[in-house]
Order: sequence, then structure tokens, then C-alpha cells
Amino acid sequence: MTAITVKSGDPLLEFLLRMGDNSLVLGHRLSEWCGHTPVLEEDIAIANVSLDLVGQTQLWLGFAGEVEGKGHSADNLAYLRDAGGFRNFLLVEQPNGSYGQTLMRQFLFDAWHYYMLRRLEHSSDRRIAEIAEKAVKEVTYHLERSVDLVIRLGDGTQESHALMQEALELLWPYTGQMFDADGFDEVAVKAGIMPDPAEIRPDWDAQVTRTLRAATLEIPQEAFSHKVAARSIHTEHLGYILADMQFLQRAYPGATW
Amino acid sequence: MYAQMVKTDADRVKSLDEMDPQERAFQQRIDAGEKIEPKEWMPEPYRKTLVRQISQHAHSEVVGQLPEGNWITRAPTLERKAILLAKVQDEAGHGLYLYCAAETLGVSRDDLYEQLLAGRAKYSSIFNYPTLSWADIGAIGWLVDGAAIMNQVQLQKTSYGPYSRAMIRICKEESFHQRQGYDIMMKLCAGTAEQKAMAQDAIDRWWWPSLMMFGPSDDASVHSVQSMAWKIKILSNDELRQRFVDQTVPQAEFIGLKVPDPDLKWNEKRQSYDFGEVDWDEFFQVLAGNGPCNRERMASRTRAWEDGAWFREALTAHADKAAKRKATAPIAAE
Ligand SMILES: [Fe+2]
Ligand SMILES: [Fe+2]
Repeated sequence: MTAITVKSGDPLLEFLLRMGDNSLVLGHRLSEWCGHTPVLEEDIAIANVSLDLVGQTQLWLGFAGEVEGKGHSADNLAYLRDAGGFRNFLLVEQPNGSYGQTLMRQFLFDAWHYYMLRRLEHSSDRRIAEIAEKAVKEVTYHLERSVDLVIRLGDGTQESHALMQEALELLWPYTGQMFDADGFDEVAVKAGIMPDPAEIRPDWDAQVTRTLRAATLEIPQEAFSHKVAARSIHTEHLGYILADMQFLQRAYPGATW
Repeated sequence: MYAQMVKTDADRVKSLDEMDPQERAFQQRIDAGEKIEPKEWMPEPYRKTLVRQISQHAHSEVVGQLPEGNWITRAPTLERKAILLAKVQDEAGHGLYLYCAAETLGVSRDDLYEQLLAGRAKYSSIFNYPTLSWADIGAIGWLVDGAAIMNQVQLQKTSYGPYSRAMIRICKEESFHQRQGYDIMMKLCAGTAEQKAMAQDAIDRWWWPSLMMFGPSDDASVHSVQSMAWKIKILSNDELRQRFVDQTVPQAEFIGLKVPDPDLKWNEKRQSYDFGEVDWDEFFQVLAGNGPCNRERMASRTRAWEDGAWFREALTAHADKAAKRKATAPIAAE
């Protein structure tokens, strides 16, 4: 099959792709750790989070395919779009780095994800509300785990403290994007499909401040935030994720697995 | 198999008459099918052999994550990715149960793990082979987990309680692993010519290493006789291998794959397959560290362990701090 391009235009479809792509890309990143974490219990725990995100991807992208109405399955959308067709946040495609960096990325995302899903439970779209209701149960646990680990590692040894602080500073500029709305968002917000992204910010800020304080970590004072003109613009990392993830579907077009 | 060659320290097996009363009572309990529990008396060689066997088994689970983990990021569909992730996660869980079972024998998981990294402990030879295509993931689930089940089903009846219970838990998950592996192979064989060739290539490369998993013939081995007397081994390596061949050949034929053994032939009289001789030179080379991936596997494990040292230390340091805070809290409150 040749590459799929999903035309922008429908705010509902756009919203579903954004949610699905975040889960897909982050779930993929976490799966890279499988068998390589610092301790057996973490191999198991991180696989759990990855599995949840892959499952959520199937729900969001499955629904997106239906809304698009061209007979594309969740797999088609995941495996046949090129990087420019992906709508995920830059944060989730950032490399794993150290295990601490991976956990910091997870925390910053989980805090957004949790408050987003809590609001999506009240979406005017019944299907979205149902997916959110299911996902929030999983993400509640993800956030609890992230908060706990960030605190323990921030307030662990000198080395772990420095490592977590460094990860925080590296990732911080990618967090602003999570609260920026574009034209699609505005229409979707008006239709009651999703909350205004800016509305999530106070909850996120409070959660992050509380956790980082307990972790004895310092919130970066720098206000700089990476801005992109459109959600189709990515960092260099996404292309490699897709080269890896889509290899079989690309090398053997049309085969079933 | 996952524990392919476990030495027992025995040069011959004692008869009941030769044993002192304590050891005789112990052996009689085993003969009567009773389970031995952690706090109970046991002969030192029994304990040592069990530690070796269980830890080899645990190490195999943990190293076994690597060849399959190699394809998680390239799994061809979201569902396949989820299934493979869950499978590799199960293997980590198996490692954990088994280390826990070994710890009931008075060794620590960290010590056992250090032995693995130092190259002083064995793990199954099978995990030193590379996974070169997606079909290898199918072949591993079907053949490698299939061979593992063959061995582990009998070990559910082993004499050591914690080991037996770990095996019962593990076996439930292993049969799921085998089914998903066979399902991958079935899909490939029903697919395009390229997919079918991929599946055939995988069985060509994994068949013989899978037969090696049972270890060399041990009918004449004193270690095996001793292990059987202790019921930490129930069937001989050759018996298990035969059962595996008899079970697997029809499965291969069913999906149109050819087993790469020119000597394979149904023996009407034995109601069993005759099959060719395993290349034991290759087996001993792999065991000695010269398999295609021994160095990579150990390097991966060592890297994960060393890179993760800061993480483990931090958790310990945090726990110490929290305990100290707790200890001083009542005083502060007064
Ligand atoms: Fe296992
Ligand atoms: Fe398994």
C-alpha cells in the first residue's frame, strides 16, 4: 500500500489523530526499553504503560478511521502515514535518553494526559467520552507511578538528583506545546468535543509544582517554548521511529500479519 | 533445557541404606511424593543443585527477553506489538518468580545476577541465536516456548514446593506464548510467497537449536540419575526431546513447513518419529560462549545493569531518607 495522507479539515478527525498519535509514539518509545531497564520490576512496569498506550492508540485511531470514512483501520493509519501526517506532540517523540529522562518525559506527559482525559469524560461526543473513561483508569495509574518515581529519584542521591534536573531542563521547552490551541482546537472546543487546552494548564502547573517540590527539583525559569507552525512539523527523531515501526508494512506492501 | 546441564556434585547416587537417618527420612518423603518447603531440612547437595537449576532457569527467562525484544519496535501491527510486548513482559515476570524461588534457598537475587554477568552462571543456549526476521518471533513462540513447556509441565511435579508452584504459574502463560507463536507462523504460511519463505527460513534456522534446548543425552549421566531421585527432574533429556519432535512435526506439516531433517521419518513400530543427530559440537560451542550472539546478549544485560546502577542506588537512598524521617517524626511531634 502506498502512503496514506489524511486531509486536514475535520476538527473531530484532527482531534482523534492527535490523541492517537500521542499514544502511539509514546507507547513505541517506551517499548524500546523492553528488557533493558535498570531492574526486572521496571521491565514489567514500563511494558504495562506501553501496553496501555498501544491499546488506547487502537481506540483513538480506530475511531479516526471511521470518521475519515475511507476504510482505513487503526493499523493503516499507524503504519502507512509519513512523518508529516503525524500530529503528536514533540515531547513524546524525544529520545529515551537515560532511564531518568524517559521517566521525566513520562511524568510531564502523564500530568497533561490525566487532566485532558478527565475533561474528555464530559465530551459532547459519546464515543470520545467512553474512550476517555476507559483510558483515564489506566492513566491515573501512570501518573501515580510517574509522580512517585520522579520524587524518589529527585530526592535520591546527588547523582540521581542531577540527572533528573538535567532531564527536566532538556524537556521543559517541549511542554508549552501541550497548551497551545490552533484553529482546529478552537472549533472542537466550541463544539464541546474537547476542553480548551489552555484550561488544562493550571491543573498541570499545580501537579508539576507539587511533585517537583517534593522531588527537590527546580522548575526551569526559562520561559522559552519550542513553537511549530503546524502539528505536522516534527523533530528529526520521528522519522527514525517510523522507519523502525513501519518497516514490515513498507517492505511487504499489502501483506497481512 | 532452560537448565540444560545441571551438575549435582554427586559421583554416584546413594541407596537408602547408605544414608544417615535424617537424609533417609528426607528421601522417603520425596519418594512418597511430598513437597519440600523452604524452612525444612534438606541435604546440602540438594539445595545447591536446586539453586543452580532454578537460577539457570531464571537467567534464561531474563536473557530470553532480548531476542524477542529485538522485534517489538518492528512488530507489523498494533495487535502483534501488544501481544509481543505482553509476552516479553511475561518472561520478565517468570524471571522474577524464579529468582524468588531461588531466594527461598538462601541466596540473593543480586548475587545470582552478578554471577550471570560475570559469566559464571549458565543460561539456555537458545537465546544466543539471532532473530533475523519477523518469522523468527513466530518460530520462537512456537518452537522455543513449545520446548520450554515440554520441560516445565513435568517440573510442576518437582519435589521443591516453591519451584513447583512457580512452574504451575509459568506453564499457564507459556501455553499462550506457544499459541501466539504458532499463530504468527500460520498467518505467514497463509500469506504471500515471500512470507511463506520467511517462515520456512525461520524453521530452518530454529529447528536444531530448539532440539538442543533439551541438552545432550543424559541417560547415562549420574547427575541426571541423582536429579531424578530427588525429583527435580522427572524425564530424561532424550524422552523430552522425543516428545517435542512427536508433537511438533505434525504442526509443521499442517501449515506446510518442512522440518529441516533428512533423517526424519515416522516409525510405525515405535509410533514415534525417528530423527537425525543434533550437532553437539555446535551446542558445546554455544555453551562455551561462542554462539552467534553470546557476546551481544551479555553486553546488553551488563549495559542495562550498569547504566541502571544510579537508579537502584537512588531508590535505596530515598527509602533510607524516608525511614529516617519517619523515625524522627514522632520526636518532632512531641
Ligand atoms: Fe518463560
Ligand atoms: Fe515464554
